[in-house]
Amino acid sequence: MSDTSTPAGARAHARAQAASEAALVRVKPTLPARDARDLPAGVPRDRLVWDETLGAGGYASRLIERGCRVRIDDLEGGACVGLLAYNADQTAERLNLADTVKVQWQVYLGPGSLLLSDMGRVLLSILEDASGRHDALCGTSSPRSLRNDDASRRVERPNGRDRFVLALARHGLTKRDLSTNLNLFKRVAVGADGSLSLERPPPSPSHVVLRAEMRVLLVVVNVAHVLEDRPDPPVTPARFLAWRGPRTAADDPVRTSTPERLRAFQNVEDLYGDPGEGGA
Amino acid sequence: MADRGALPGRVLHDEVVAPRAPWSRLVAAGQTLRIVDLEGNQAVDCILYHAHDPDERYSAAETIVRQRNIFLSRGSELVSNEGRVMMTITDDSCGFHDTSGGACSRESNALRYGHHTRHQHACVDNFLLDHAQRGMGKRDLVGNVNWFMYVPVEPDGSLGIVDGRSGPGKHVDLRAEIDTLVVVSNCPQVNNPCNAFRPTPVRMIVYAP
Repeated sequence: MSDTSTPAGARAHARAQAASEAALVRVKPTLPARDARDLPAGVPRDRLVWDETLGAGGYASRLIERGCRVRIDDLEGGACVGLLAYNADQTAERLNLADTVKVQWQVYLGPGSLLLSDMGRVLLSILEDASGRHDALCGTSSPRSLRNDDASRRVERPNGRDRFVLALARHGLTKRDLSTNLNLFKRVAVGADGSLSLERPPPSPSHVVLRAEMRVLLVVVNVAHVLEDRPDPPVTPARFLAWRGPRTAADDPVRTSTPERLRAFQNVEDLYGDPGEGGA
Repeated sequence: MADRGALPGRVLHDEVVAPRAPWSRLVAAGQTLRIVDLEGNQAVDCILYHAHDPDERYSAAETIVRQRNIFLSRGSELVSNEGRVMMTITDDSCGFHDTSGGACSRESNALRYGHHTRHQHACVDNFLLDHAQRGMGKRDLVGNVNWFMYVPVEPDGSLGIVDGRSGPGKHVDLRAEIDTLVVVSNCPQVNNPCNAFRPTPVRMIVYAP
């Protein structure tokens, strides 16, 4: 008889796994988050609420309270983090990248950029950006784009669309709720003729720090960029850290940097009924 | 006005859409929709849906990735979120159509032009009005095509809606590859040059070979 031929034996076997194998697995959450190892400088352990690493094909969704900081690390330089965001209290309001680039008059997002909802509010702002290479146009891969309509291929080589659908399903949301996602750490250059080309700099670690300006449902995936045409592109792990932080002050340099951004913050403050603190 | 006699087919429908108004119609596979910019420089915001499964809809990302270019012109294929070609541009006398600027809304107008523009009519309200009659709504709105609108991107990433490159009588022909629900907002925007600051009518002609 094997060790797992009885419930008691199977239970003992199951429980032994946490002790014997946890240390070997890199792509996992840390619970509680404050037990996180190898924190980057400046990340406050006592306010940490999320530590999770996603490997290739990984996905996660997370409620992020207003004022929280979210640090996303491309640990080895090969991550491509697809990101969607929703107003957690009313998910019909969601990231709108067309408005994001149009309102800010800029297609390449970077430090100080806002991620705008389709209701004129700022969901998240980019506080730090060691990468400066992001893509707000191309969305993510799908079963068709990876030619993996076949169920087995679809599981073995995950596409971004499926990953988003799986993450959104945890919140009662469906394919219908998918808008075009942001891609962090991958830049797609737009030529004067409108042409698109994925830049391929030598891989190097990088990170961004976002600030939640609303109560946000954050949905992230880590899959190869949709313009990646190598047959098996390496996708390396991405780490997500979040910690509680203060809401944005009236004189915050991102808030006041342009008239459009100021109005996006004012719309958030109006939504939550914040006391007025002046402004333009 | 477009010369109906010049259409390579039999006209099934011919309608002028008033300035600032919504419009929608099912264009069956094989039929072609001609959109005519009657007076020039009139943006026409447009979303496509699979007529029998509206969860499948136009995807700006799938479309630009497929052709590796953000501008639409003759030969461009409009691709759904399932990677399927919904419509093909079979003729185009303008040459530039936008995929990245999205639709104007009360909310985005307020950000771009000031809170005083909050109550101006906008494309999103046209889409929502038209969708309401078939039980569709806000979750069905996605990044749209802007026919006849020009949104260049400069080397540093600067992007903006600038003076249009269309002119009176220019047109674009869209051949339906599947039964396609076409939903349009004849853009009411008056705060940027997409309509030359004066919204004008457009003509929608559906023809079959």
